[in-house]
Amino acid sequence: MTLTEASPPPTGRAAAPRPPRPRGGPDRSALSLMIPALVPVVLFSVAPLVYGIYLAFTDARAGIGIETSFVFFDNFAHLLADGEFWLSFRIGLIWAVSVTALQFAAGMGLALLLNQDLRLRWLARTLAMIPWAMPPVIIGLMWKLVYHPEAGILNATLMDLGIISENLDWLNDFALALPAIIAVGVWTGMPQTTIVLLAGLQNVSKELHEAAEMDGAGVWRRFTQVTLPQLRTVIIAITSLNFVWNMNEFALVYVLTQGGPGGQTRLPMLYAYEEAFRYGFFGYASAMGVAIVIVVLAVLGLYLRRQLKEAEA
Amino acid sequence: MASMSVRRTAARTGQYLALLCYLVFLAAPLLWLVSTALKTPQEMARLDPTWIPLAPTLGNFAEAFGEQDLIGAAERSLLVALASAVLTVAIALPASYVLARYKSVLNRIALGWVLVSQVFPFILVIIALFMILRQFGLVNSLVGLVIVHATFCLPFVLWMLQGYVRGIPRGLEEAAAVDGAGRWRTLASVVAPLLAPGTAAALMFAFISSWNEFLFALILIKDPEIQTLPLVLVSFTGPEGVARLGPLAAASLLATVPSLLFFAFIQRQFKGGLVDGAVKG
Repeated sequence: MTLTEASPPPTGRAAAPRPPRPRGGPDRSALSLMIPALVPVVLFSVAPLVYGIYLAFTDARAGIGIETSFVFFDNFAHLLADGEFWLSFRIGLIWAVSVTALQFAAGMGLALLLNQDLRLRWLARTLAMIPWAMPPVIIGLMWKLVYHPEAGILNATLMDLGIISENLDWLNDFALALPAIIAVGVWTGMPQTTIVLLAGLQNVSKELHEAAEMDGAGVWRRFTQVTLPQLRTVIIAITSLNFVWNMNEFALVYVLTQGGPGGQTRLPMLYAYEEAFRYGFFGYASAMGVAIVIVVLAVLGLYLRRQLKEAEA
Repeated sequence: MASMSVRRTAARTGQYLALLCYLVFLAAPLLWLVSTALKTPQEMARLDPTWIPLAPTLGNFAEAFGEQDLIGAAERSLLVALASAVLTVAIALPASYVLARYKSVLNRIALGWVLVSQVFPFILVIIALFMILRQFGLVNSLVGLVIVHATFCLPFVLWMLQGYVRGIPRGLEEAAAVDGAGRWRTLASVVAPLLAPGTAAALMFAFISSWNEFLFALILIKDPEIQTLPLVLVSFTGPEGVARLGPLAAASLLATVPSLLFFAFIQRQFKGGLVDGAVKG
């Protein structure tokens, strides 16, 4: 019943005469096939995005019937002065950059191994795909069991090896919590990174490799001089996507630490979530969203420009 | 020659060592989840946990099934995921056909939207979405959650399906038209059967996205009576202590089963060519 509210209002323009469309272009019946897909996307995805950007310039609060007024750049001025936001922002950048870099390094190493004719390759390949098949909430719960101070296997193993002398509370320790969740982030991102890089590796020309080997280039030289340049676009694509995804991470960290201890793992998304849905500052949280988009786009822009320059050089 | 083969062996050994490290890193948390799920509450309370359960038990699974909250939540998650999968694919199928068969600006807009929806943080969308859904009375309702899940996996499902449509040679449709089949007849008896595996994959993808989804559910569903499985699982990790960890691990394993089935299915899909039969036979 409620669904009918989502149907579009009849347009009065349908009667206007239109020039015939060129052959092969979508005719009216083809367009009508698109409508069921367009309506929900416009109503529940494009409209909220536009409205969300608008909210960033208002003092909107939670609750019904509260008057909202346009405040121009007030929210952004507050953001600049908000120490907690800067802390969260710094943590978010450390998280996103280190997870992305480590995902790339680990994914590249694994992809190179999987590209070799090794035994147990199938097992590594299957295992590397599993994080992709797991709900983020379950990944979070699973690693909580690994990191558990008394019942976790990590402390037990490190104690047996004599590396630590007393149990560590990984997710509640000011110094350890962020590295601990970064490890989980890397584990979670293994599938897409490895698979994309492996697909790229399989397209690297064998002839060039053989030619370089004939010329006496060692393994490392062949990797940096032959493989990497040919993989450039693939690497740029996957690291950019990973960076964006990591910057927007929420569920994993919400389950693992809820942003604690003392905000040490409070990624920007968690902070914005709290501002919006715990304290009800809708406008302020939207402004954070806008600020994060701007930074993500700026970082991506700089990164892409540098990569493109290097490609030309 | 000898030094060459020594170096080969050394390189191989290094490669196997590295592979072993990866296997440990990837498998250890999974094995630990299974191990925890098989342990008794008494063993969980011991001070030095071991990899192999001392007295393996399925009691945790039984207990997870006995939890009314969990079973109810699993049923609701199943319902929401099924509804949003069917809804997504039903609206994506006709649209994907248009996207694949007619070159138009819509293609670029659709692709652009898939990319844009990746870059924008959810928080920017979700507050406004929350306010819009509140207007429709769809906050705190599973119907609202179904609509949101369907909307947000639509771009990717569209992309997936139009790829499958492109995989169907146009010649087949033209041949049917030459044989006198009308437009709808062609769609129903030529395109639809060939699209079946793709549709199944899309249905499963949409199902899994909804089954796994956490953030929208967290924000939209406030009433504990209608919480979905991920929400209830997270609420399980309260400060109750280690006794609850066994059933939690068991429930987590069970909640992963649908995704693993999907994963196995997709792998088989990639091996078998989709239209081989239609073209050759």
